[in-house]
Amino acid sequence: MAHIELNNDLPGIRGLMAYRPELAEPLNALAETLLRDDNNTLTRGERELIGTYVSYLNDCFFCQNVHGAMAGHYLECDIQQIDAVKQDFRSAELTDKMKALLAIAYSVQKGGKQVTEEQIAEAREHGATDTEIHDTVLIAAAFCMFNRYVDGLGTWAPQDRQFYINRAPQRALEGYQSSVFK
Amino acid sequence: MPHITLPPNVPGIRSLFVFRPDTGGALCDLAQTLLYNPHPTLSAGERETIAAYVSNLNTCKYCTNSHAAIARHQLGEQAGIVKQVLADPETAPVSDKLKALLKIAARVQSGGKNVTEDDVALARAEGATDIEIHDTVLIAAAFCMYNRYVDGLATWQPEDGELYDKMGELRAREGYHNSSSTQLIT
Repeated sequence: MAHIELNNDLPGIRGLMAYRPELAEPLNALAETLLRDDNNTLTRGERELIGTYVSYLNDCFFCQNVHGAMAGHYLECDIQQIDAVKQDFRSAELTDKMKALLAIAYSVQKGGKQVTEEQIAEAREHGATDTEIHDTVLIAAAFCMFNRYVDGLGTWAPQDRQFYINRAPQRALEGYQSSVFK
Repeated sequence: MPHITLPPNVPGIRSLFVFRPDTGGALCDLAQTLLYNPHPTLSAGERETIAAYVSNLNTCKYCTNSHAAIARHQLGEQAGIVKQVLADPETAPVSDKLKALLKIAARVQSGGKNVTEDDVALARAEGATDIEIHDTVLIAAAFCMYNRYVDGLATWQPEDGELYDKMGELRAREGYHNSSSTQLIT
């Protein structure tokens, strides 16, 4: 049960967004721009994977399943493959650039100052641009917010992982700004 | 030196807003609604104090100095509490309700799951409402983002206390949508 009375039965962040719609608006705008806007050299799948990985590091069940399912949908892979990336991205079938960006995301999750010059140099060596490095840091930082918001208020999350997989295609189609109450 | 090429002489998160205005807009809107816009019960000064407190726990100099300065300007005669809260909320001369909310904020900073039923029950016993608890959690969570964003890209963070004070005065007066503080500080 959530720590506060939300007056709705929606799971995870959706219950919070319905409770406080004026704050849902900028939060959804941020998610939409960071994760779904196609004016980006990182694919939607790559960006969702960064969000999934950070949510896994923060042990947030709801977010890692929502965004894991989104990543799986875009990258056309199943949830077992997404789980394998979360557990050991270095052994996964990813580009060297993505591995370098996930290493940066790992450091951001620990704390902003943990990102090293070497990690940035490695990402650059594998072709990462300034905007890609920027977006990786902000996605990782944003999930350190979303995850704390969802878990810090004790929201409930459906335990059947298929729930998240089933919802992903519709979410991908409609985006983050329209899906709160559905 | 910042990890990416940012506009020179623009400090902290402002340099990132210039670099990427699309995300900057949403991040400004969030700060404006969470910290500045009228709230049913929490004053802007109280909300800014929570933001400065969490930023200090995350050791983010730019955000701590900025939001401490905004909090002081919002609090007026009570400006002195900001420094005391940063040093130790338990002994600071603030209400028991605010102490309980700061405790929740500290839990959120260390991880969302660390907020306990007891923390929430204590805040409620001191008179905190659901919306106050909600907003405290989201302010604390949001600063776990802003702080990581500012430090994770190694933005320029000035040492000059007077600059933060000027910026604090401007933000307390005009909110987060006024971008002239970029010029002010350069």
